[in-house]
Amino acid sequence: MKQLLSPGGGTQPTKFTLCLMFAAVLLLPFATDALLGRGWVRIMDFAMLYIMLALGLNIVVGYAGLLDLGYIAFFAVGAYCYALTGSPHLALAFPLLFPDGLHLSFWLVVPLAALLAGGFGVLLGAPTLRLRGDYLAIVTLGFGEIIRIFMNNLNAPINLTNGPQGISRIDPISMAGVSLNATQEIFGIVLPSVHLYFYLFLGFAALVVFVSQRLEKSRIGRAWMAIREDEIAASSMGINTRNLKLLAFAMGAMFGGVSGTLFAGFQGFVSPESFSLMESIMVLCMVVLGGMGNIYGVILGGLLLALLPEVLRHSVVPLQQALFGKTLIDPESLRMLLFGTALIVVMLYRPAGIWPSRVRRRELETDEAAEIV
Amino acid sequence: MTVPLLELSGVGKQFGGLSALSEVSLHIKRGEIYGLIGPNGAGKTTLFNVITGLYQLNAGEFNFNGRSYQTPKPHFLAQAGIARTFQNIRLFANLTALENVMIGRHVRTKAGVFGALLRNKSTRNEERASTERARELLRYVGIVKAHQTLAKNLSYGEQRRLEIARALATDPLLLALDEPAAGMNATETESLKVLLQDIRSTGITVMLIEHDVKLIMGLCDRVAVLDYGRKIAEGVPDEVRQNPAVIAAYLGVDDAA
Amino acid sequence: MEIFLQQIINGLVQGSVYALVALGYTMVYGILGLINFAHGEVVMVGAMLALSALTALIGWDVSPLLALPLSLILAMAGCMALGYGIERVAYRPLRHAPRLAPLITAIGVSIVLQNLAMMIWGREYHAFPQLINNQPHHIGGAIINDIQIIIVIMAVMIMTGLMLVVHRTRLGRAMRAVAENQHAAQLMGVDINRVISITFMLGSALAAIAGLMVSANYGLAHYYMGFMLGLKAFTAAVLGGIGNLRGAMLGGLLLGLIESLGAGYIGDLTGGFLGSQYQDVFAFFVLIAVLVFRPSGLLGERLAERA
Repeated sequence: MKQLLSPGGGTQPTKFTLCLMFAAVLLLPFATDALLGRGWVRIMDFAMLYIMLALGLNIVVGYAGLLDLGYIAFFAVGAYCYALTGSPHLALAFPLLFPDGLHLSFWLVVPLAALLAGGFGVLLGAPTLRLRGDYLAIVTLGFGEIIRIFMNNLNAPINLTNGPQGISRIDPISMAGVSLNATQEIFGIVLPSVHLYFYLFLGFAALVVFVSQRLEKSRIGRAWMAIREDEIAASSMGINTRNLKLLAFAMGAMFGGVSGTLFAGFQGFVSPESFSLMESIMVLCMVVLGGMGNIYGVILGGLLLALLPEVLRHSVVPLQQALFGKTLIDPESLRMLLFGTALIVVMLYRPAGIWPSRVRRRELETDEAAEIV
Repeated sequence: MTVPLLELSGVGKQFGGLSALSEVSLHIKRGEIYGLIGPNGAGKTTLFNVITGLYQLNAGEFNFNGRSYQTPKPHFLAQAGIARTFQNIRLFANLTALENVMIGRHVRTKAGVFGALLRNKSTRNEERASTERARELLRYVGIVKAHQTLAKNLSYGEQRRLEIARALATDPLLLALDEPAAGMNATETESLKVLLQDIRSTGITVMLIEHDVKLIMGLCDRVAVLDYGRKIAEGVPDEVRQNPAVIAAYLGVDDAA
Repeated sequence: MEIFLQQIINGLVQGSVYALVALGYTMVYGILGLINFAHGEVVMVGAMLALSALTALIGWDVSPLLALPLSLILAMAGCMALGYGIERVAYRPLRHAPRLAPLITAIGVSIVLQNLAMMIWGREYHAFPQLINNQPHHIGGAIINDIQIIIVIMAVMIMTGLMLVVHRTRLGRAMRAVAENQHAAQLMGVDINRVISITFMLGSALAAIAGLMVSANYGLAHYYMGFMLGLKAFTAAVLGGIGNLRGAMLGGLLLGLIESLGAGYIGDLTGGFLGSQYQDVFAFFVLIAVLVFRPSGLLGERLAERA
């Protein structure tokens, strides 16, 4: 029972199982490609991006307990950062300065975007962090909307964002001179573009997991959790709550910013509609539904919520065909209807998330132990 | 040596138009156990919150350990050496007892984000030292067996002890306890008394608010009495006990009568 | 000057609607400490129900003077049932769950309602039937029409009525008691579940009225209209101090005024750099500014120094 309750937490996975898992993940794009088609590999790529975002938000919401409803804004900052500096677009805004646009290397933009997004995080956090939880939520929500509205409208008088049309022709990401936008052959293995991006995103996601894990089990992580549990007690213990909350905001924002650059490079195109409030809410749902504060839970949440709408997309039409012989209900709204219902049902049956943090798990265990005694 | 550890002079605190404290002056000497009593609503908790930085004082002076503080923040005072417990226990409910005490070490440790990420030698050493010290303190207050239990699942008495351990983890000069014996039975109160005397013997100054007058009189070196936001008496327990103003305040007799 | 007056009028009308919706948010928050994210969708459902009923009744040659109140009552009844159901299904089972759990179910409800509405009423805009000869009146160069006058008057009446209910009746006293301290209220014999259900139903009834007002004012209703409206109304509630009824009204009116004045003058203020498409930005900027300088909202109690 104990092992069932605490996969990965109570019992450390052995080196062998780790290797096995690693190999399975490496083969995933090939298996997906063979079984479901290339479109699904692309969906997996997006799932990786969502996982990164969810882990970033988990630092803010899960560790430090700050409810952020505008998290997607940092993703947007990162995405536009690369869209502007890695495309011909700046030629439109400043034709004299950049006649061909600015084509910075992706690898140069990543740290810049991280810093910029982190800076935005601090900028937003500094005046608002003394607010109570729900006020913070609405302010972050407002901030997210402000960023989106500016992206939508900053095409005049200087065309900075190209408005609702968005920025296209963003340079693809390349590694060691190899473009990820084309099929490559490495050691005789043919790797289509979506596979290459999958491995790139996997690498970044692994980095984010590593950082999250290290932070969680550190002096900083404990201080965040102290703030989450009781801010007044935390400050009485000598924790500078303001600075640590800012740090959480900045760290979360940096993850968001980096994911944004990856998104821009992968899509080759960004527009404001990718950064709506619904996206922020989606990422928050991943964190809470999966299990706030637990890295594995958050990964699971990200994976589920990124895949579920796609699974529904591909199954509602055939399902209706099978049941009624024709498509009765608009598949798009049926899909979202089922999605919304799933959110409600999961929360009702698992209010702490599907895979709760070790704390909740330990609670279950102690309850059990108490019953035995 | 004659300089007191904590010195308040003319301290006042208003909430809106209401004056909760006025002209309160007192000093706490190094190494003593100092008690603060008074009827309900006398301003004890307000004074306590001023001393621990939760409230900012509106008037007067606040000196601690040879330094003057104007509007000190709680984390600043914790750094300076004032640690506290709470009347209505405020532990980090969903963290383990050990983690609770380790958070108390926060203010005496340094590792930042880079330390956490790189987990270099000094970070590892610091982490190990924190864990050890936290364990030691749990043993000291007598709940080391429960180190992996979530704070919220501890018994009431254990939670009180955990709060003291967490406060001690900050290496305080002054340990401030807000009604530590509230809700305890006679045996628990007695063992609390022993614990506090032991803490004092390690050189830590103790200040406490308490309703249990018997505990205060049996434990404290000096006692101050507050009534209506003013200090009406101060001195050794026996002296205070016989002070007519104190008797009047406690029995609700008008001063003029 | 005419522009100024016109924007004031527009702002007051829009603000009245915000205020009614904000009241729904603030009542629920006051009692449960919960952001009822689905409230905006209740407004939408109210508008759609009222509009459908109205169209049907007009189609049966019922006099508009009778059709309007009838469809309003129907929409209110429908929304009250909906509000009651939402609370029972999505919030009540989670009353002691982690704080964010009900937020997720609220989002779930919101998505479900939106898509149900899309299935029932389709993706297209529904036109509000021409009922009365919507007479424009000229005041000092600005124009206000009959519908706008009715909206403002109704909003004032409803808000007065609500204040009377909350401050003068047994029910209101029970609501305030639950908001102050649930546990104590229960000990005093207040049926908490009943009070909470009634609160949701009251808020939803207001939402239905607001829904009808918005669609009458703009002449349109749409399955997606609840989202932004709900967001703005919630902003208004926070602006005024969430949990505070007067705050919600004040916040709603202010937000309406700020938006319309902002939209009207932003071009002049920035020398044409920013246009009226920044209307929404204004609302959020003001919100952030207010919260930074007065963290508990305009009329909210100050909690800063209460440990």
